[in-house]
Amino acid sequence: MIRFSHVYKSYPNGALALKDISFRVGKGEFVFLTGHSGAGKSTIMKLLFAEQKPTAGEVRVSGYNVSTLRVDEVPKLRRRLGIVFQDFRLLEDRTAAENIAFALEVIGARRDTIAARVTRVLTQVGLSAKARAHPRELSGGEQQRIAIARALVNDPAILVADEPTGNLDERATRGVFQLLRDINSGGTVVVMATHDLDLVRQTSYRTIELRDGSVVYDSAVDEAEETEVS
Amino acid sequence: MRLLTREALLSFRRAPLLSALSITTIAFSLFTIGLFGLVAINLREALRGIEERVEIVAFVLRGTPTETITLATQDIAAFPEVQDVSFVSEEQALDRAAAELVEFRDAYRDLKANPLPASIEVRMKEGFRSSASVGAVAERLRGFGFVDDVRYGRDWVQRLDQLRNVTGLVGLVIGLAFAGVAVVIIGVTIRLTILQRAREIAIMRLVGATNWFIRGPFLLEGALKGLLGGFLSLALCYAGYLLFRDTTGGPFAGLIFFRPEHMLVLIVFGVLLGLAGSLVSVGRHLRNV
Repeated sequence: MIRFSHVYKSYPNGALALKDISFRVGKGEFVFLTGHSGAGKSTIMKLLFAEQKPTAGEVRVSGYNVSTLRVDEVPKLRRRLGIVFQDFRLLEDRTAAENIAFALEVIGARRDTIAARVTRVLTQVGLSAKARAHPRELSGGEQQRIAIARALVNDPAILVADEPTGNLDERATRGVFQLLRDINSGGTVVVMATHDLDLVRQTSYRTIELRDGSVVYDSAVDEAEETEVS
Repeated sequence: MRLLTREALLSFRRAPLLSALSITTIAFSLFTIGLFGLVAINLREALRGIEERVEIVAFVLRGTPTETITLATQDIAAFPEVQDVSFVSEEQALDRAAAELVEFRDAYRDLKANPLPASIEVRMKEGFRSSASVGAVAERLRGFGFVDDVRYGRDWVQRLDQLRNVTGLVGLVIGLAFAGVAVVIIGVTIRLTILQRAREIAIMRLVGATNWFIRGPFLLEGALKGLLGGFLSLALCYAGYLLFRDTTGGPFAGLIFFRPEHMLVLIVFGVLLGLAGSLVSVGRHLRNV
């Protein structure tokens, strides 16, 4: 589903954000991207949804080659992804349901299907009772669930979540994380960037750790090597 | 399509003051262009009246046979620049002089011999009344052996030419300058709307809306503002026209207003200005995000 091959990313100011990154993510996987701020997590996220292009190397996501993606193909790639951010990115002047419907309207979904799809994802994230609430009337955890519902409404193959629990208290964090696990168990690939190591340790999901733009640990690779050695 | 229209109209509701400002600026820019257009149209109308009198007179040597003149007249009539040719015989010239210069009528009657020469009068087609064309035809007339002298209002034709050229040039320069100002102002107001909606645009991009889908409402907004500005400017032009015509009267009583196709051009121009302003603005923003 995702393949990074010898990816380098440098910024115009000369800073090297990623150095020779290679990894693959297969169907149905849940992957944590960890590391300190500035380690390169967000850059990898941006490459995943083609907000940026690699300076060298190849990034393939859901059949698209991000390195050579044309501008008019970017929306096509993004329609196969669900993207969630730390700051929720909801529209304050719209209700929860309208925020989700917005994501369908702007990609030209058939109008008569929108209401049913919105209701389905609201139920999935457990907030069907809050459909008419505006973001300011919702808690942080609820806002993030709405953001996740919006990411899910288009049935994405991959869910990309950049620090989705970064703004949440412990209880809300557990709820949102469980939601992401449920989504993953339905077959959706989840790539979650986080620096919350407690969360990472709770599960046995694959973890890729970044430091200064390089992969310093990949549980999938390292565990395989350990198995080989033993 | 419904979403497109809704989003475009929403910005009018969200920022009514800003929208009113941009419509008014477009209207004033077009009003200025329109006023100039009105002056140009009326000037052209007036010039056409004068131009129709532009003619070249070739005086014919005494004793030239009538057949020669008839043949030559046919030749001249075949010049591409020439509208019509008429021959004025010596007698006709005398009659005309007697009729036009009443005070000398008796003097003419007493003449033993007719002092006036026969002449060939040439009127030029519209579009060939510039000094260059008139000069060229005059030169060709001089080439006929029986032509004694050729007269035409050279200076006068040249001045007419200059006046028309200067008017056209000034109109073009002022018109373009105002169009530029209008594009910038529309661009700025659309940019403000874009900044207001930056978050919305960012989300649209993230969920996979195409750039054209994102541009759509802004382009429609720009075009609508241009359209409204165009109508407003027409109303202003008409008000200005009525005011000028009714308060001055006299020589200005015959002023004409735009024909429907002129109005259409002004409105289409407004729409294009609106579109241009929003395209520049949206294009820049989408590149930057």
